[in-house]
Amino acid sequence: MSMGLLRLLRGKKASAPVARERLQILLAHERGLRGQPDLLGVLREEILAVVSRHVTLDPTKVIVRLERGDEVSTLEVDIEVPNDIERKRAAVG
Amino acid sequence: MSKVLVVTSGKGGVGKTTTTAALGAALAQRGEKVVVVDFDVGLRNLDLVMGAERRVVFDLINVVQGVAKLPQALIRDKRLENLWLLPASQTRDKDALTEEGVGKVIDDLRDRFDWVICDSPAGIERGASMAMRFADEAVIVTNPEVSSVRDSDRIIGMLDSKTVRAEKGEHVQKHILITRYDASRAARGEMLTIDDILEILATPLLGIIPESQDVLKASNVGTPVTLSNADGAPARAYMDAAKRLGGENVTMHVPAERRGFMDRLLRRRAA
Repeated sequence: MSMGLLRLLRGKKASAPVARERLQILLAHERGLRGQPDLLGVLREEILAVVSRHVTLDPTKVIVRLERGDEVSTLEVDIEVPNDIERKRAAVG
Repeated sequence: MSKVLVVTSGKGGVGKTTTTAALGAALAQRGEKVVVVDFDVGLRNLDLVMGAERRVVFDLINVVQGVAKLPQALIRDKRLENLWLLPASQTRDKDALTEEGVGKVIDDLRDRFDWVICDSPAGIERGASMAMRFADEAVIVTNPEVSSVRDSDRIIGMLDSKTVRAEKGEHVQKHILITRYDASRAARGEMLTIDDILEILATPLLGIIPESQDVLKASNVGTPVTLSNADGAPARAYMDAAKRLGGENVTMHVPAERRGFMDRLLRRRAA
């Protein structure tokens, strides 16, 4: 208590509570990410595999992004498809 | 039943090697047969802290690779006949630690000792994951400071997922050991409190080691702190921690400020 009084007299704020709060927020976030370290990588591979069954794709042109929001997050999948896709389908059919 | 205990932290410089030496000695002083194993390949220091740096002939990697037999590489402590050291290699690469090889060495050590204490390197790379891989219990060394607590949390996550026990659906028993605890800074509100740390990490406390000159002096002379100054506060805290590891119920002693309020006030004025 004496130290609390001293702090009050000297007009300094304790920094430990700030440390505690910052850690709690940070770790809550980091723990959420754990166990699914490469969700996007897995999604990308599987999406690529499914689409490749029907269309010839350049694997580097498949981009998967996750945007985190407060309420909802959006998953954005951007696949560039070559223009000769219709001709190839016609040839197969 | 022998136990494999990993001393780990994620962050460097928090006191893993000091703790390994001190807990190893403390358990040996209690009559347990103990081996301390250095997993910090390329940056070994447990030999130095134990005062055995001039007696290293073979090391963990030599044993893993079959170059040397285990008894050839084990170094017996000169003060405690129950205490042994298996040093790390100073020249080899940590990639030489194969899971199969390390597993076999740990099994051999289990047959010979009551406690196998693995001193983990800092970080979360191969050396650290091999040190914890076969552990039954873990001591997570944490300083009352944000970066150390964050890294401890990460290490706890690894202990719960990347160990053999975790993969079998069992638990590694985890303990937090708070080191470099400074009572006067805690009283001034400048340091995370014990309760803060335990609440954030949600892991039981094994002990609190006060910040002390004893610890530095012990490593200077190459003697575990429980032997170099057995009556000092750090030594007593480590001895208590060793008792708790052995299953004893020992009252937790929170280091208190040595100086009183008036002393502090007078000092402040004098300064």
